[in-house]
Amino acid sequence: MASINLTTSTFDETVGASSVPVVVDFWAEWCGPCKMVAPILDEIATEHAGNLTVAKLNVDENPDIAMRYQVMSIPTMIVFSGGEAVRRIVGAKSKSALLGEFSEFLGNSH
Amino acid sequence: MSTTSERVIIIGSGPAGLTAAIYTARASLSPLVIEGEPSSTSDQPGGQLMLTTEVENFPGFPTGIMGPELMMNFRSQAERFGARFITEKVTSIDFSSRPFRVSVRDTEYLADAVIVSTGARSLMLGLEAEERLIGHGLSTCATCDGFFFRGHEIAVVGGGDSAIEEATFLTKFAEKVTIIHRRDEFRASKIMQERAFANPKIEILWNHTVTDIHGDATLTGIEVTNTVDGSVSTLPVTGLFIAIGHRPNTDLFAGVLDMDETGYLVTEPGSTRTNIEGVFACGDVQDHTYRQAITAAGSGCMAAIDAERWLEAQHD
Repeated sequence: MASINLTTSTFDETVGASSVPVVVDFWAEWCGPCKMVAPILDEIATEHAGNLTVAKLNVDENPDIAMRYQVMSIPTMIVFSGGEAVRRIVGAKSKSALLGEFSEFLGNSH
Repeated sequence: MSTTSERVIIIGSGPAGLTAAIYTARASLSPLVIEGEPSSTSDQPGGQLMLTTEVENFPGFPTGIMGPELMMNFRSQAERFGARFITEKVTSIDFSSRPFRVSVRDTEYLADAVIVSTGARSLMLGLEAEERLIGHGLSTCATCDGFFFRGHEIAVVGGGDSAIEEATFLTKFAEKVTIIHRRDEFRASKIMQERAFANPKIEILWNHTVTDIHGDATLTGIEVTNTVDGSVSTLPVTGLFIAIGHRPNTDLFAGVLDMDETGYLVTEPGSTRTNIEGVFACGDVQDHTYRQAITAAGSGCMAAIDAERWLEAQHD
């Protein structure tokens, strides 16, 4: 499954109702490092479909959600489990570094 | 360990590396570009321009172009002619015999020629609180993070073009931007300086350095020290953007490629040849004088032509 897009109106329901951990990528069009990390997150979404959901939140269009989680730098990736923020990764990273950060949420597939 | 064999490997993917990729690809050398890893510093695929906004001085764009967009264009132009990309960082090199060996963790690539275009990375302040507060008020990327400081009072440390550009950009969001500079004049180009001096939201704190950063969860202020009389004061800002200069990314080549005392690679004047035959260097990694996107691109073109001619000569 590819990444999904979240908005202020879908955020709580999608993240809260998910049976698997959700990585929310806080990003914006004007952020260069966000553009580099986006395709990596898409790959992770596809490779780990069923164990992890990757969702994107545009901070420009949804500033209230960004503010709620005190995002002050993008890309910031927050892992939600059972609707709770359980891990926060600030700044673009390589695929292997991101997989390392997500490893405990990837179930038994790896 | 797996091994593949290449004609040309290009290490780095800023304007120099990608121009070398365009030229070597068009010369049918099918270059392999090991472009680096994503990060929120200037040490990332696309290089320093990935962190800039409008690029106004790159010829051919009369109304300017966004830095990341320019670099994406460079990349797709190289890809169009057959350049291949690996989005990883080189972990080690062995130039002691030919073919040269370039490793990315447990994969080894062999190459007849290597073009080094690893660029330069931004310097950090080296303060203890730095790592903890990065992303929480401390930033290396004004274009990424300026948005979050709408109405705040913030500071930029540095005195070169990037510091002034960032400060000017940040006034779009912040209430007030203080530029902290350790000297009493800027290194930045005149046009950038004039823009900063004319901007009512910018204040300049000359002759000061940042000596500490305050804040537990988020940045709440910074300690600055006067470089003339040593007096210490606190600036109550919620954001600090770091633009204090660059250091060449040459750690990989220590003891192998000739460098000057500041770590920049040394090339033969008028060429991109290094001290090792078949290894060429271009862009900011070998240039501490001009350091422009256009000069990097120009030297990338030189490296491609030097590499192509050298490869041809090997078969004569």
